[in-house]
Amino acid sequence: MDLRRPNRPVIGPKVRQVGFVTPDSAAATSSSSIPAVSAAAATSAGSPPSSLSPVMIPPPRHPSTEMSNPHFHPVGSYNPSEQILGSPPALSPSRSSRFDADGSDFGGDDDESVALSGVGGGMTPKSSLLMRQPVTKTAPLVSETRKRDSNASKGKGEGPSAAPKEKLTKAERRATQEAQRAAKAAAKEAAAAGGAPSVSKQPKPATKPATQQKKDIPSGSGPLQPLAPSGSIEKKQGKKEVAAPHPRMQFDDMTKVGKLKKRAVVNQSEARNRVELFRHLPQYEHGTQLPDLESKFFQLDLIHPSVYQVGLQFLSDKISGGNARCIAMLLAFKEVIQDYTTPPEKTLTRDLGAKVGSCVSFLIECRPLSVSMGNAIRFLKNRISSLPHNLSDKEAKSRLQSDIDRFINEKIIIASKAIVEHGVSKIRDGDVLLTYGSPSVVESIFAYAHGIKKNFRVVVVDSRPKHEGQGLLRRLVERGIHCTYTHLNAVSYVMHEVTRVFLGASSVLSNGTVYSRVGTACVAMVAHAFRVPVLVCCEAYKFHERVQLDSICSNELGDPDAISKVSGRKDLNYLDGWAQNENIQLLNLKYDATPSDYVSVLVTEQGMLPPTSVPVIIREYGIERLWT
Amino acid sequence: MPDVSDFILKLQRRRIEGSHATARQTAELLRSVISQTRMPYTNQAAALLDAVRAVGEQLIAANPVELAVGNIVRRVLHIIREEDLSSSAVSFEGLMISEKSDDEDDADHKGGPVLSAAAVAAAARSTLRPRSLQTLLEDGPLPAAPSKSSSAGDSEGKSKSDKSAVGKRLKHSVIEAINLLIEEIDDCYEDISEQAVEHIHQNEVILTLGRSKTVKEFLYAAKQKNRSFRVFVAEGAPRYQGHVLAKELIQKGLETTVITDSAIFAMISRVNMVIVGAHAIMANGGVIAPVGMNMLALAAQRHAVPFVVVAGSHKLCPLYPHNPEVLLNELKSPSDLIDFGEFSDCMDFGAHGGAPLMHVVNPTFDYVPPNLVSLFITDTGGHNAAHMYKLIADYYSADDLVIKRKSTSSN
Repeated sequence: MDLRRPNRPVIGPKVRQVGFVTPDSAAATSSSSIPAVSAAAATSAGSPPSSLSPVMIPPPRHPSTEMSNPHFHPVGSYNPSEQILGSPPALSPSRSSRFDADGSDFGGDDDESVALSGVGGGMTPKSSLLMRQPVTKTAPLVSETRKRDSNASKGKGEGPSAAPKEKLTKAERRATQEAQRAAKAAAKEAAAAGGAPSVSKQPKPATKPATQQKKDIPSGSGPLQPLAPSGSIEKKQGKKEVAAPHPRMQFDDMTKVGKLKKRAVVNQSEARNRVELFRHLPQYEHGTQLPDLESKFFQLDLIHPSVYQVGLQFLSDKISGGNARCIAMLLAFKEVIQDYTTPPEKTLTRDLGAKVGSCVSFLIECRPLSVSMGNAIRFLKNRISSLPHNLSDKEAKSRLQSDIDRFINEKIIIASKAIVEHGVSKIRDGDVLLTYGSPSVVESIFAYAHGIKKNFRVVVVDSRPKHEGQGLLRRLVERGIHCTYTHLNAVSYVMHEVTRVFLGASSVLSNGTVYSRVGTACVAMVAHAFRVPVLVCCEAYKFHERVQLDSICSNELGDPDAISKVSGRKDLNYLDGWAQNENIQLLNLKYDATPSDYVSVLVTEQGMLPPTSVPVIIREYGIERLWT
Repeated sequence: MPDVSDFILKLQRRRIEGSHATARQTAELLRSVISQTRMPYTNQAAALLDAVRAVGEQLIAANPVELAVGNIVRRVLHIIREEDLSSSAVSFEGLMISEKSDDEDDADHKGGPVLSAAAVAAAARSTLRPRSLQTLLEDGPLPAAPSKSSSAGDSEGKSKSDKSAVGKRLKHSVIEAINLLIEEIDDCYEDISEQAVEHIHQNEVILTLGRSKTVKEFLYAAKQKNRSFRVFVAEGAPRYQGHVLAKELIQKGLETTVITDSAIFAMISRVNMVIVGAHAIMANGGVIAPVGMNMLALAAQRHAVPFVVVAGSHKLCPLYPHNPEVLLNELKSPSDLIDFGEFSDCMDFGAHGGAPLMHVVNPTFDYVPPNLVSLFITDTGGHNAAHMYKLIADYYSADDLVIKRKSTSSN
């Protein structure tokens, strides 16, 4: 947006006059407030006369100015709805192509604009659509409906009015582009404008944009729409790899799975009797990978031994928990960087990035990444790619290593300390605190609170199959904290006496959903039903701009055999040999998504926030502090 | 009586558990108690009531959480009252004489002087049947025919009007009625599962927790009607009865997915209906159910998934719950949850001044409040939670709600 902003005042007034938003305030608002502004802009731009307010002086002006261009008569009505549909780059050419199909004198110009949009990517259309850009980018739904309305209400009558408007913006586009764009493009544009009358290649541009458009529409109007703004902001900051989050790998897509398997290091066989609902998630036969990988140890020279070790530990569940896994991975990467030497005829930034990438994909094969790890990897890759080229290997390596140390220290260790201090302030004497599983931050909150002689009791709720709570129970009891231990089903029995619920999180998503160890949602739900406040403790580096509504679209599947076998209960053997019967499936989910309304407060190092503030944190802190 | 003490011992030691088993055995035991009771020449009903109440009190005390025991005791008491009532119309005169001769004997059972047999019958009927639209209508035109009015209410009354009319002895007809009751307990599965097709449709996804024979039969019945559907079974830790249910379901060819209890919230958004069994249904429509059910019900409510409870009528309890999570619950051994060997040092009572740092809670039951239950399916059909008290009133008489010998004078 930054690049664009200077232009706004130039054209801005024209559009904004229509509505009730003053141009200055609109230009000055930060990116976060754009949706509101743009919505207003949408109303103003899209539906002039039908919903008139006393403020709306300009609408009459629109037709009058636009009427002066009789050329674009019937086609114009087409444009508004088209623009909205999605990507500006494709749209501007398509519109112009239609103009010239109409027999106007702008044919040559169209060619140029197509070419330009190809070159400039997301930036080109700005000029043509400047006034509408915010609309299409941030509030497509609003603008779309509005424009549809206006189209419907006015029918053909609006046609002429909209088309000439286009012409005006086009003129402006030329002006702004010259001012802002590279001289070459501007010159081209100017030349094109000069040679416009020569109407030569009409059919070609008409088809080309159409295909482009098709390609682009899904990306604009897909399910990831809410993320688009943040992605585009990042893009503007010049970071290619921090664009809107990729759609995750879907394992029911056979072609992609096939490709993945070819590259895979770990030999994995598909698990039997998979649950239909979770075809899109990877599920492998457990227990087979480890020996296989061990035997390959001497063949895998690509993978650094420390990464290999961490991978094995992930595979065998020796390291679990978001923070522990993230730290282990970063330390391994640190060693990778330590032992790295740039091969001849390669640059460090490129080659090291690729090397880290291959290590990451190895780790993913061992176990899908957690969000915390994903964010750490993004950070590291960013640091690598932003290294100045003139650095020597040694300097670059030491800088990267100190970056990793800084990340571990600031984002994880100091952050947890800050969380502990925030969290302890919510513990009063006589409290009964409930926790679920074995969240590391919550454990240190309890330990610290006990250390400063707070008088409280802890209820540890645990669940199958991992029974992580037993470890927490043991550690807390060894510290001398009074504990009650129970299983998840009994949570509504113990909830009567509980005064606070402390939960950990694997990740907090942009819509406030807490993605965490499976069962966390149940605990939060019961606490909510019993009017017990729920505090979710989570470092801000685990925030992610992805959104998720349920626990099914994205999750991780564990070993189904862990369900059929109950540890310490030899008598329970009803499900032995379950794999032989195709009617039965065992589902071992690892995560679930807690809706944000169950969460009273998020305790982060930034302070205690409502879950609705997550996108703000991601926007304000995440991008600037983490990924630059 | 040896039978009684034996059964009490079994109940106390939790050898017999589960509503169906305890209900059936209680009914059988009471039948034998009644058959062994020496009937006095007069006022037979009071003698039977007394005997049943004495045994029932011990049975209930043996395992107060098995509400089915109390339910059956109350049902039997109710049966005796009804049989007595229907015979009282016939043995009208004899009763009048006996009232005068045996004053001290029946002062225990029947408080206050009796004005007339018709008044007794009317009063007794009104205590047996709480006032409802039905009884009000029946009472008006037919004051002298109580047998008919009572037979209209429930199933076991069918056989008795003719029997009492013939003048058979009270005891015999009571035993007949108890036999019917036992039959009803055994047959409740069929009556319930007959309704399965009305509730389970093609391609549905059904979630259940733990194991309940009623649920199993319900699902079987739907399967037999060629409905193809998918069942999620939450395993129900720490008893893992869900594994048993899953095994039974796959033997009938039902598509079954076993999930952990923690995945309930994650999965419920894809579930069409939750069908669970119950331990007991209280008069307010609340449900005493295996532990974890409250969580499941809350999750179902959150996602607007119908929460259906299937239960036989022997699980209908006429009591209103007070603090049911604590009072109608039972804590089991911690060894279900943790390994004693591993945690023995933490559970040492000597280490920290007599109170160990660690407690382990392992409750058996959960209370599901009535507002979370969408539907009850009993052998008499589907019912709303708010209607349960009325349904329950059909099976029990108001005098039997408290089974203590002291309170018997209020009769």
